Amino acid sequence: MPLRRARTLERCITVIERDPIQKVLYVDLTRRRFWIEERADLFEKYIGGSGVAIKLLLEECRKGADPLGPDNPIIFAAGPLNCIFPMASKTVAMFKSPLTGNLGESHAGGRSGIALRSAGLGALVIKGASDIPIYLSIHDGKVSFRDARVLWGMRSSYTVGRVIRERESSAGLRTIMRIGRAGENLVRYACVITETYRHFGRLGLGAVFGSKKLKAVTIAGTNNIQVRDIKEYKQLYQEIFTLETTAPALKKYHDIGTPMNLIPLNKIQALPAYNLKQASLDKVEAISGENLAKNYLGRRVSCGHCPVSCIHLAALREPYEKEPYFYKTTMISYDYEPIYALGTMLGITSPEGLLKLIDEVEVAGLDAMSCGVALAWATEAQENGLISNKAEGTITQLKWGDYNAYIKAVNYIVEQPNEFYKALAQGVEYAAAKYGSLEYALAFGGNEMPGYHTGPAAHIGYLTGARHSHLDSAGYSLDQKLLASKVSPTPSSVADTLFEEEAWRQILSTLVVCFFSREIYKPEVVQKALKVIGWDLSLDNLKSIGYEILALKHEFKRREGFNAETLRIPKRILETPTPHGKLDGMFIKDAVAKYFNRVQSIKA
Amino acid sequence: MVKTRLSVVDVNLCVGCQCCMFACSRRFGAGGLSKTAILIRSAGGIERGFIVQVCRACEDPPCASVCPTDALKLRSGGGVLLDAAKCIGCRLCVEACTVEAVLWDSESDKPMICVHCGLCVQACPYGVLELSRGV
Ligand code: SF4
Ligand code: SF4
Ligand code: SF4
Repeated sequence: MPLRRARTLERCITVIERDPIQKVLYVDLTRRRFWIEERADLFEKYIGGSGVAIKLLLEECRKGADPLGPDNPIIFAAGPLNCIFPMASKTVAMFKSPLTGNLGESHAGGRSGIALRSAGLGALVIKGASDIPIYLSIHDGKVSFRDARVLWGMRSSYTVGRVIRERESSAGLRTIMRIGRAGENLVRYACVITETYRHFGRLGLGAVFGSKKLKAVTIAGTNNIQVRDIKEYKQLYQEIFTLETTAPALKKYHDIGTPMNLIPLNKIQALPAYNLKQASLDKVEAISGENLAKNYLGRRVSCGHCPVSCIHLAALREPYEKEPYFYKTTMISYDYEPIYALGTMLGITSPEGLLKLIDEVEVAGLDAMSCGVALAWATEAQENGLISNKAEGTITQLKWGDYNAYIKAVNYIVEQPNEFYKALAQGVEYAAAKYGSLEYALAFGGNEMPGYHTGPAAHIGYLTGARHSHLDSAGYSLDQKLLASKVSPTPSSVADTLFEEEAWRQILSTLVVCFFSREIYKPEVVQKALKVIGWDLSLDNLKSIGYEILALKHEFKRREGFNAETLRIPKRILETPTPHGKLDGMFIKDAVAKYFNRVQSIKA
Repeated sequence: MVKTRLSVVDVNLCVGCQCCMFACSRRFGAGGLSKTAILIRSAGGIERGFIVQVCRACEDPPCASVCPTDALKLRSGGGVLLDAAKCIGCRLCVEACTVEAVLWDSESDKPMICVHCGLCVQACPYGVLELSRGV
């Protein structure tokens, strides 16, 4: 077995040598220098994306580094299938998270994956910190450091995008990743926005940008990528493309988009509402994907090289108060997650109110999920009289459904005018620890809760996932499958299924394909796709690389102080019934322990 | 001989997915976008929709008029054909095209000229493009 592995890797190397993916661009913001290193060693072993990124993070991030200091690197990695096969449209970002203090990882599409690979690069490592605001303009591997002093402090992230769009070349071929004021002001869950409507959302990459005075990064290039067998390539491309354009599940993503889940989840009582005091809410139809598509949808757009186009933009037409017959129309992107976090969690069922709030969060550049969960907690804490206006300075009175108050509060989170909002800008875990109500602070491993209260697997997934994200191991999907099959889950069955899923998803995010294409990029298809471009990996190779990447992520987490044993289970999730009934804390603890046993055993 | 001609049916249907661009580039059997003769870009921000930059199959094409070496020959049915051996890479054709449909291949340092083959039409999932057949 080791022999076989060595042989296949050797063949891999010869191809990688010709593939520009092995080039890693390093940028030092402190010294304003850049250089390229050939890192075939990384790509041959860890394929690309999350695999290469975690290795680079382990190399570049000093143990105990301040997440908001110059020692925290920002890593972007593309994968071998970017630019080659459709729906390989994503980029992986890795960094040390200022929110959780350990692994920071988020994925985004837009044009980012295509642009990075077209620039003739496999990864980008940004180190150090600038003394003045700058943005980076990267073309075919060359870096220009551009003055961003004028852009710093600009109210709207949209305007930042607009200015850079006008100043820089390569329209249609580039990515423009940028932060808003939330990132500048180091809100721990600030995001990085790319192509206006996609996000490196979770775990605070925006704050890491802000700490480096890095306002934006634009990347473009015109490299092409050779394949091994042109005929086979074209044939496999067509097969995959046909699957993607005919799969009913993907058509739904196009028609209604991710919010198609809202009504079904509400029906089975799995939709967190009012800070999860409830798992469903009345009048949810008004903010459902169906209603938004019918009454507000203004445009659908797609990530680069993806025929699905799941991104839905609502056109919100608002009158100007002072001028009669004068309106502004704003295009606002909506998805399931912001509808959950900024809608149902806050009791907002007015579609226009919700869209305005989503827009404000976008303007500021915050992660919608973390922001909504923090505001939901704050509302309940205010209800319970935990936060007094006197001690903290004026605090907006938050009330379920009052979107105007929430819009104000979003700006306070960004500006942090008093102790209370300073705390809230650090995340719900921090704020609740300070004001004393952790029972209903919905964070897992320090990361705010995603929108699924489907059963035990979802929550076990949030606790165990390397990113504490629902996308790590898709527990929400397992819960629903279990519900349909009427099989009673056991702690080990749940732990095993989630573990295998998370390990396989490491491979998907080495490539880097959109998780919506996971039913198409099955192991056999992945193997074939890699083979066509000259990467020979057996199914066993793929599987073991997936485990290895997961182990490396946990190595980083542990190194930075993550302790599985002290993971907090928010009491609230045990109180509000799920479709699987009330959750049992012991069951969850047991499954979590079993999960981490599996992680430990990878190394052995 | 039947001559084909690529045209844009309805640009409002475009979602900016780049599938047409990748299809065009794939003619040469490689991944990436360097060989595409069609470019989709936002009309000043994705919220405003997209612009399809591609050859309009002019009958009296300015790109051919300015070529100093006669590398661009009139194509029957409209547009031009590139004689790569004659092309000196001066980029005058790029400047001359009013709709900026002459794209550049930095690898060969020559223009990418649409041949009106229709591969992009087949790849477009949303019916933005059309290949019509004239005589
Ligand atoms: S399915 Fe949606 S998120 Fe995924 S690549 Fe396509 S447009 Fe992007
Ligand atoms: S018609 Fe052919 S050459 Fe012209 S843009 Fe489409 S694919 Fe490219
Ligand atoms: S394939 Fe069609 S929808 Fe996609 S970018 Fe091209 S013209 Fe637009």
